[in-house]
Amino acid sequence: MKLRIDILRQKSPESKPYRQIIELNCDNDETTISSLLNTINSSNLKDIDSNDVGEIKWDCNCLQKKCGACAMVINGRPRLACDTKLSEFKNGKITLEPLKKFPTVCDLVVDRTPMFENLKNLNVWLEDNSELKPKKTELAYEASRCIQCGCCLEVCPNFSVDAGFFGASATVPVSRIISELNKTKGYDVLKNYRKNIYNGCGKSLSCMNICPVGIDIQNLMVNSNAVSVWKRKN
Amino acid sequence: MTVNIVGAGLAGLSCAYTLAEKGVKCNLISLQPSERAQSVMAEGGINASLNTMGENDTVAEHFFDTMNGAVDLADPNAVLGLCKNAPKLVEMLDKLGVPFSKNGIGIIQRNFGGQKKKRTAFVKSSTGKIVMTALIDAVRRYENEKIVTRYSHHKFERLIIENGECRGLTARDTYNDELISFCGAVVLCTGGMNGLFEGLTTGTVNNTSDVTATVFEQGVKLSNLEFLQYHPTTVGIQQKRLLISEAARGEGARLFVNRNGSLWYFMEEKYPEMGNLMPRDVVSAEIVKVTDMPECENTAYLDMTPISKDVWKNRLSDLKEQCIHYLSVNPEKTPLPISPGIHYFMGGIYVDENHMTSLNGLFAAGECACQYHGANRLGGNSLLGALYGGKIAGESAGKINAEFTTDFIAEKSPDKKVSPELSKEICKILGESLKILRNENDLKTAEDKLKSLLNKDLNSLEKSRVNLALATVMCALNRKESRGAHKRVDYPDTDKNFQKTTIVSFVNGKIEISYREIPKLRDKNEIEN
Ligand SMILES: Cc1cc2nc3c(=O)[nH]c(=O)nc-3n(C[C@H](O)[C@H](O)[C@H](O)COP(=O)(O)OP(=O)(O)OC[C@H]3O[C@@H](n4cnc5c(N)ncnc54)[C@H](O)[C@@H]3O)c2cc1C
Ligand code: SF4
Ligand code: SF4
Ligand code: FES
Repeated sequence: MKLRIDILRQKSPESKPYRQIIELNCDNDETTISSLLNTINSSNLKDIDSNDVGEIKWDCNCLQKKCGACAMVINGRPRLACDTKLSEFKNGKITLEPLKKFPTVCDLVVDRTPMFENLKNLNVWLEDNSELKPKKTELAYEASRCIQCGCCLEVCPNFSVDAGFFGASATVPVSRIISELNKTKGYDVLKNYRKNIYNGCGKSLSCMNICPVGIDIQNLMVNSNAVSVWKRKN
Repeated sequence: MTVNIVGAGLAGLSCAYTLAEKGVKCNLISLQPSERAQSVMAEGGINASLNTMGENDTVAEHFFDTMNGAVDLADPNAVLGLCKNAPKLVEMLDKLGVPFSKNGIGIIQRNFGGQKKKRTAFVKSSTGKIVMTALIDAVRRYENEKIVTRYSHHKFERLIIENGECRGLTARDTYNDELISFCGAVVLCTGGMNGLFEGLTTGTVNNTSDVTATVFEQGVKLSNLEFLQYHPTTVGIQQKRLLISEAARGEGARLFVNRNGSLWYFMEEKYPEMGNLMPRDVVSAEIVKVTDMPECENTAYLDMTPISKDVWKNRLSDLKEQCIHYLSVNPEKTPLPISPGIHYFMGGIYVDENHMTSLNGLFAAGECACQYHGANRLGGNSLLGALYGGKIAGESAGKINAEFTTDFIAEKSPDKKVSPELSKEICKILGESLKILRNENDLKTAEDKLKSLLNKDLNSLEKSRVNLALATVMCALNRKESRGAHKRVDYPDTDKNFQKTTIVSFVNGKIEISYREIPKLRDKNEIEN
């Protein structure tokens, strides 16, 4: 299969982004984008204008869609590079861009610090011992699965790094905390949830279809709303 | 006083949590945020003799199973501490909100390799991820109170050593390339040495082994590098090996090979008592042996079809999804061809029972440290080892009251990397020699090749990587016996004289190997109490 890969590159946070197009052949359409990037980085390729490609910077670690590092925009959609196979792109045309809601560090690496900071701002921790009820075990499990990739934020119409609305990457982890509380009052996390999640979410659920680990975000929100907004005990 | 923890996986988080609970400030320095550490990949579970399954499980049995698995190469005092504290630590995780499934008595446990009783607490087949979430949240509270400060895109560069004492470290901010010096005691929690076997392990890419390699060259002693764990059931996928968790066999999956046209459940036949759940070193070696037999096909299979629908849904959901997604095999219907793959490093930075290294002021915990597992680690004991080891290392580091100071100023220097070609070359050399069944010839050849690599034009990081690889091969060459994961076809027996810890040091540019006696158990009565 002949591939034409169009990559949005950037040398440093301050420098101007530019596009680079690479053409190469790949026989195995089960190849993942992560593996493709690895191949590009270990061969001395030239782009279609005969410029050196050099090392394309990108983040990864597990290569098994378990760590969230390799999120990027692939053909317009935020996804994990290690979870995306070439077989999806029958015409061989691929565009790779960094997630756009975060500042670019270089090439496909973005600074997702604000996403983690929001968890702090939201008080995502338990003040007391967990009071998890058996009927909420499954919910707490689901809410513990978020890999903090940030794909959901890319498609969220209401999220930006400096907005007061924190998006699904915060909704999911905070729902774990809320599902383990035995009270509906007295915790800052409940107040913050109303302010930074409930009030800002348009419930368009664009985030649901995008989450690479398939978290049922809506179901988690139903419970978090019940406890924090409607004061129904877990 | 500030303690500097390098690595934010389970061991690093446990260390930070322990220190923060005592009000001791720490810096948590890692290449990536905790969510990306290898610990999130752990699947099967964590061991503790909770005795919730009506099998009269005890700390003593956990202790003996661990020591037997380790083939008597682990420090019994450290192992006893590990097993004794395990129930408390799992209880702590429960309080931190890990959603364990429960029965009327407590947390439900499953069978795991090398253990006769159900002792492995789990959350479906994503235990590492779910445990990490709870600990990340617990530590976040202290980040908010400014007791824990995170540096989450920072790469370890070097230790600051003054007057024979570790005074801190330098790290590089990978976002802007700036070097930062951190002053104070250091705890290394940087994970296994996957980078030595690039593409051949089940673990993460960023556990490159470079931290271990660098501190080795700085004079920190390493130990037992020859003990690599090959997990029996892995499958090659792009860029790595995919683990098929031991939990599958714990829940009833069976290994077989095709012999003269019929299925041979070799583990069950050869080891009637524990069958498919023998320790990993034994299962991996058996797979190699049976698939080499002329009357057998050269592929072994893991048959997961005996697992019930209910177990798939409630206990192994992620595993099934993985098989379908990455292997296009539905494990409920079709047996899976598997082969052993490198999964865990029993050896690493030498530490004593208190997780102190050979260098004053430097501690290590988790997979980068050599502790608890001896010649072979039991499944479920490494999450436990990381959690407990991180805690002990934190307690030890927290005791250093002296206010460290240093005049050290990090000088700007370009970031160094190991070239992909060299990394592949090292991996090839090691893969061909540090096999499941080893012999002198292969190891000698590897030693020669690595030595000649050292004569090439390498940068300092590349040199360290080669030296670490060489040290590993030398450890394996020197241990002229078979024990646990180190199986020599030319020395097939276990030799009492080698019931010692291998110590490897870098002295004046040379690698030296010596052996240290295994400490004696201080008080036998302690086991039963
Ligand atoms: C697929 C898989 C399944 C497993 N299942 C189980 C199981 O069921 N039960 C069990 O007990 N064990 C299991 N294990 C083993 C277990 O997960 C690991 O041994 C354990 O998590 C190691 O934890 P750690 O904290 O030592 O290291 P890690 O979690 O690997 O963390 C290492 C940390 O060091 C940082 N780091 C590395 N290099 C640098 C550097 N140069 N500079 C700065 N920071 C650096 C990383 O960013 C990371 O934060 C499994 C392992 C794998 C791969
Ligand atoms: S439901 Fe819509 S607004 Fe709410 S988090 Fe998801 S994408 Fe954003
Ligand atoms: S909710 Fe899903 S998409 Fe969003 S950060 Fe978590 S795992 Fe990623
Ligand atoms: S590399 Fe971990 S999710 Fe892709």
